[in-house]
Amino acid sequence: MTVMKMIPALNEAIREEMRRDERVFVLGEDARVGPFGLTAGLAREFGTERVRDMPICEGSIAGVAIGAAAAGLRPIVDFSLCGFSFLAFDQLVNNASMLRYMMAGQLTLPIVFHLQFGALGSVGAAHSHTNYSMFMNVPGLKIVQPNTPYDAKGLMKTAIRDNNPVMFFVPAGGRTMLGDVPEEEYTVPFGKARIVREGSDVTVVALGVMLQKVEKVAVQFEKYGIGIEIIDPRSLVPLDRKTILDSVAKTGRLIVVDEGHATCGVSAEISAMVSEEAFGSLKAPVLRVCSRDVPMPASPPMENYVIPDEKRISDAIETLLD
Amino acid sequence: MTNTSALQSSSQWLLELYRRMCTVRRFEEAVSELFAQGRVPGSVHLSVGQEASAVGACAALQPGDYIVSTHRGHGHLVARGVELKPLMAEILCRKTGVCRGKGGSLHLADLSQGVIGTVGIVGGGLSLATGAALASKMKGDGKVAMPFLGDGSSNQGSFHECMNMASAWSLPVVFVCENNLYGISTRFSYVASTPDVADRAAAYNMPGVVVDGNDVLAVHDAAREAVARARRGEGPTLLECKTYRWHGHFEGEDVIFQGRSYRSEDEIEQWKLKDPIAVFGRLLQEKGAVTAEGLAEIQAEVRLLMDEVVDYALCSPWPEPEEALEALYAD
Repeated sequence: MTVMKMIPALNEAIREEMRRDERVFVLGEDARVGPFGLTAGLAREFGTERVRDMPICEGSIAGVAIGAAAAGLRPIVDFSLCGFSFLAFDQLVNNASMLRYMMAGQLTLPIVFHLQFGALGSVGAAHSHTNYSMFMNVPGLKIVQPNTPYDAKGLMKTAIRDNNPVMFFVPAGGRTMLGDVPEEEYTVPFGKARIVREGSDVTVVALGVMLQKVEKVAVQFEKYGIGIEIIDPRSLVPLDRKTILDSVAKTGRLIVVDEGHATCGVSAEISAMVSEEAFGSLKAPVLRVCSRDVPMPASPPMENYVIPDEKRISDAIETLLD
Repeated sequence: MTNTSALQSSSQWLLELYRRMCTVRRFEEAVSELFAQGRVPGSVHLSVGQEASAVGACAALQPGDYIVSTHRGHGHLVARGVELKPLMAEILCRKTGVCRGKGGSLHLADLSQGVIGTVGIVGGGLSLATGAALASKMKGDGKVAMPFLGDGSSNQGSFHECMNMASAWSLPVVFVCENNLYGISTRFSYVASTPDVADRAAAYNMPGVVVDGNDVLAVHDAAREAVARARRGEGPTLLECKTYRWHGHFEGEDVIFQGRSYRSEDEIEQWKLKDPIAVFGRLLQEKGAVTAEGLAEIQAEVRLLMDEVVDYALCSPWPEPEEALEALYAD
């Protein structure tokens, strides 16, 4: 076991997969130097053809990856911050997600799109997006979201080996988190959630750095004999419905905590799913604790007000227990 | 109009080009007739009048080379050699279609003929071709990618992004622009900063070649040179074929646009006088490569073939509704 941070764990995954399969290559702005860490050092080993600096044209970066995949290669695209993916929406939706289907399976598009999400802290709205929910209802994509270095490396390997376009969302605020990463080869499967903490009173599904906030709140509630079960979905498409539903069957109460917005967010999707499939188990409505419905303001007191904090999470739990 | 190279080409080859243009024309006319009969679901964008650019350009490609087509793509796929029966069946959305009814006219594709896709978003396919060319360069397999585009897409961001990348990395791309003067009802000259699309090539440090898009030999010569250049690793070319579409932007335009016209009957008639098939036929006769009867024979054969193709498509079954749920993900 090695203790690592998330980005070096991702770097290791990419490196190992590039050694394993010569068709895997990396495209992204600044990929060669990899100043933010994801692709650092890869060009030294694999060369600048396989670790390619791209011009600033996110739409065509995505499109070139799709075309290269159509021609038999296995590209990894680093979008950097997820807000930049908006420039590539046409390629991601109209081509990446749909070409295989429209061509009745003639094409296979094994592509990984790496994106960082969440507030970095006062960088302003355009650099503070959490937009996985905007892709969740685009059929044909897979979407994963690791929250530990272990899951980051394991899911990245699975993503690279998957023969479909995968949107790989990493919490920008998770760069300092340390975790154990095995030295031997391993992968983490898609469609399997992680139970972070067991409890029988309230289920909380949380994403990104919200998980750490929920964990702190759970410790507080434990003092009062209230057990919070925390679930890290890890995989949004496909979603591990069973783990969530089993937990709701046990606790009867569900909160989803997400840095994305509540409106049409992943929290809305999980809430609808649970209401359809576990209505009988619910003792109370599903609550959503999300970023307030405004663009992310820059100033810290406002930004902290917008993003869910421990108090809002506690209040929601207390509401459910009343 | 090219002369010496035309004479040097074998008569057989010239007649083959003629036959291919007739095939594109008859295919599109058949689709038009079927549409008028209410037998084509959705919308079709026909390329009647643009046969020379499709045939001339595609004839420069080798098996294995890639093309990416557009919403006005039937002609490109016919010219590339995609089997006609499944192609027609796909336009009719039948189960025997080349995309099993999933794609329709706007998303025709046949990977076995190097057709990576037909992209309905204007300019949306240029990066696919650029990416395929990148893969070719990385693999060293010598393949060339030929994306087709219209005058309209030369104003789309993706055009500039892809021209830049293809040139920066000397990718084997031949951008074939069919400038038919209009993007739906908008005249190119009104919305473009340069008179020719090819003017933009210099900004991306690549050759920009303007040809008479209704002269199949001129198109072919230019395409052949561009393809050879690309295959030698010398980078991309922008080939602008000046041409014109006889039909509306889509079939049924008169009805949908309720007579709101954007071009004069006069202009259409002037361009019909430059019918690429008629003009080439006359050239072949002048040079003694074929007689009028010979041409008529080719046309009759093409008609007969297309009757079979239409019959096949019309008799093909519809997909089962549940097939809609298939082929979303790869294993």
